[in-house]
Amino acid sequence: MDTREKDIENLKDYKYGFTTDIENIKAPKGLNEDVIKFISNIKKEPKWMLDFRLKAYERLKLLKEPNWQKPKYPKIDYQDLYYYSAPKSMSEKPKSLDELDPKLLETYKKLGIPLQEQARLNGIAVDAVFDSVSVATTFKGELTKHGIIFCSMSEAIQKHPDLVKKYLGTVIPVTDHFFATLNSAVFTDGSFVYIPEGVKCPMELSTYFRINASETGQFERTLIIADKGSYVSYLEGCTAPMRDENQLHAANVELIALDDAEIKYSTVQNWYPGDENGKGGIYNFVTKRGLCKGKNSKISWTQVETGSAITWKYPSCILKGDNSIGEFYSIAITNNHQKADTGTKMIHLGKNTKSKIISKGISAGFSDMTYRGLVDINSKAKNSSNYTQCDSLLMGNKCGAHTVPYIKNKNYDSNIAHEATTSKISEEQLHYCQQRGLNPEEAVGLIVNGFCKEVLQQLPMEFAVEAQKLVGISLEGSVG
Amino acid sequence: MSEQLQSDFDKIVKTSKLSNEEIQFKKNFLNNFKKRGFPNRKQEDWKFLDISQIIKKNISDLSFFNDYSQSNKIDPSIFVDGLEHNKIIFINGRIEKIDFNFEDQNKIEIIDETKKDIPFDYENSLIDLNGAFTDKVFKILIKKNYFLKKPLIIYHSTDNKIKSTNINLRLDFELGENSCLKLIDYFSNNTAKNFINIFYNFNLEKNSILKNYKIDKFRNNNLKYSFNNIEQNNNSVSETFILSAGSDYIKNEINCNLNGEYSSAFINGIFSLKENQQHEIRTTINHLVENTKSYQLIKSVLGKNSKSAYQGRIFVNSKAQKTDGYQLSKAILLDETSEFNAKPELEIYADDVKCSHGSSSGSLNEDSIFYLMSRGLNYQQSKELLINGFLLDVIEKITDSEIRNLIKNIIGVKE
Repeated sequence: MDTREKDIENLKDYKYGFTTDIENIKAPKGLNEDVIKFISNIKKEPKWMLDFRLKAYERLKLLKEPNWQKPKYPKIDYQDLYYYSAPKSMSEKPKSLDELDPKLLETYKKLGIPLQEQARLNGIAVDAVFDSVSVATTFKGELTKHGIIFCSMSEAIQKHPDLVKKYLGTVIPVTDHFFATLNSAVFTDGSFVYIPEGVKCPMELSTYFRINASETGQFERTLIIADKGSYVSYLEGCTAPMRDENQLHAANVELIALDDAEIKYSTVQNWYPGDENGKGGIYNFVTKRGLCKGKNSKISWTQVETGSAITWKYPSCILKGDNSIGEFYSIAITNNHQKADTGTKMIHLGKNTKSKIISKGISAGFSDMTYRGLVDINSKAKNSSNYTQCDSLLMGNKCGAHTVPYIKNKNYDSNIAHEATTSKISEEQLHYCQQRGLNPEEAVGLIVNGFCKEVLQQLPMEFAVEAQKLVGISLEGSVG
Repeated sequence: MSEQLQSDFDKIVKTSKLSNEEIQFKKNFLNNFKKRGFPNRKQEDWKFLDISQIIKKNISDLSFFNDYSQSNKIDPSIFVDGLEHNKIIFINGRIEKIDFNFEDQNKIEIIDETKKDIPFDYENSLIDLNGAFTDKVFKILIKKNYFLKKPLIIYHSTDNKIKSTNINLRLDFELGENSCLKLIDYFSNNTAKNFINIFYNFNLEKNSILKNYKIDKFRNNNLKYSFNNIEQNNNSVSETFILSAGSDYIKNEINCNLNGEYSSAFINGIFSLKENQQHEIRTTINHLVENTKSYQLIKSVLGKNSKSAYQGRIFVNSKAQKTDGYQLSKAILLDETSEFNAKPELEIYADDVKCSHGSSSGSLNEDSIFYLMSRGLNYQQSKELLINGFLLDVIEKITDSEIRNLIKNIIGVKE
């Protein structure tokens, strides 16, 4: 057996489907003011934070769940969920990795993220989020030397309230849509990153999200601020155990890039997708939005979406500063009964702003995939341009691939170009590869990797390898 | 509004010679319309052209009654010169004349279909409005194996005798096996601030060919809505060309069902808009069986304060393998205030298909203008030449040479 086959053998069933048997502290079931106060209280939050949550909750009462999306799902009973779940050993936050509950360390080791070794070897700073709370952040010392703040959201609220107060909710306001507002009300933890002026972050920052407890929603909130002239590359990975029930994941991610700053945000999303009959899996309803606030700033989103029963998200860029750049690279793969409705929004407000969208969708089995995007060039955004390319690949005639772009050009100086194609892997390509000695599965793997290459190239090295494997594995069994 | 609807409806019932059964039909339509009201931007299909707002702002005195027992005078100056043709003349909401002088009368049948229900499901309140207030509904049946010798021109005309501000027209066409119809819609409106609502239903039998050219060139400040439903059987071909330029507000909607194998649909359109005009084309092509084909090309030239929108949807059923679908929309924005919106949509459930779309928008290429100016043209001439070439591309797609020349003359593009 060669290594690739071994990998596939190992990973054929969802490798991350184990649960960790650990004692939890949970908030009472249901969504109400008391639960919000409970969360705020247990995290010892200042009053302004509680007010922020309550304001969002007030607003939430007026909002209705949106239903314009393509993948429909059974109604979620928001009163039947736990909004806070944390490992008991975390109630007193451990001061260093050595004090961490060994079971947690074990879990992350199984996920391929040995936190202790990572601190010495790998050169990637990791913030690990387990259910509702951040359990460990590595490489703190090295980062502090550069003045970089990389910590959990709860810690940031305690230690850097000025920064959090100034930026939290400026890109995704508490009055946004239903899921974003829900998150604002009940978010539990997440990562906070601040890169000071002129600093190029010397290593990749990474967060690993894990849902463990059942009947729990995960609501994390990430805030990344890149001050003038700084640069940061941030990675995010996610897994969850196999369960029959559907679990909700509604995160908010806010990025802010000031003058000349650049943020690169990469996601490899591999939540549990449900079994082959479509039972269980994560509902991944995430709001991700970046604001290019300053001149010459740049935000780039890269995502590889292979997991989740339903993926419903649109990482967006608001190009407010003159000469700012927004980029979106995406691979979305759906197999079995998975459904995805994903894409991006590029909103051009400043002069000479540029955006680029490359989206690759692959659907197989009984799955359904939609690219939905908006390119909006405002009348003041002189001399702006956008290029969009979205390609879909279909495998079999039980699946669907859809493209729904909205294109709005209000500026005569600006150019928009949009292209989309839908096709299957051609017989000629397959034949050619097989003639050269590849078996049909390898041939498809090769062609699909070629199809995705433009996006995979954008990922940092360590992730690109993992993503490439994931692409192969997600399509396992869809050929023939 | 609702009172006006009812009182005008009662007046029609009183003055017309409709049978009780026909009146009952119309009543149902009226009730449906009252329930739904005018479409507005909250409905996804009407996002770019909020007809409810437009009517509120421009046609506040909306009324629906014309005395259809009185005939209108036909003004021959509206007729198209230089092309022999058959005529249907529609003035002030009343079909005055149906004239197939050039054809074999045995091969064409005109059937009164006022009592016929709409043969498909719809969620469009304007079809209900049409059903309630349209005068007579005729079906034009082209019999098997008959190719019309001359094109048919439908004249849409209004004059100062018009009483209502809303008029409606509905026509059904059935093209028998192996038949061919060339149909031109020609608009000449001499009144202002009317809402004109047109609904055609085409049924294309095996091997039949439909060519429909909609020409709206003369500037007026009316609101027009036109809906074409096209059902296509095996090996049939439909070709639609839209020139959208005249009225202040126009929405052309085309729904095409490719029900038979090897059927194909072609839609080509031009928006040529000036001050304050707001136009839209919305197409839905449903590929329902194997080996069907569709092709769409829409081009816009947008002047000051004008807006155009293109919503194109290609749907491919899971049975419809070997589908070939293509959409392309291009726009030139001439002024800071012009706006182009597009929503080209693909919804695909079959894997062995070739579907693609493209959309681009921007200003005229400065390099091209420079090139032409360095060859001795002035700025204005260079601009005109480039726009000319841009639009010619669409006109070249018209397959009937006689009509292509006519349209070229009407638009004023040169080769």
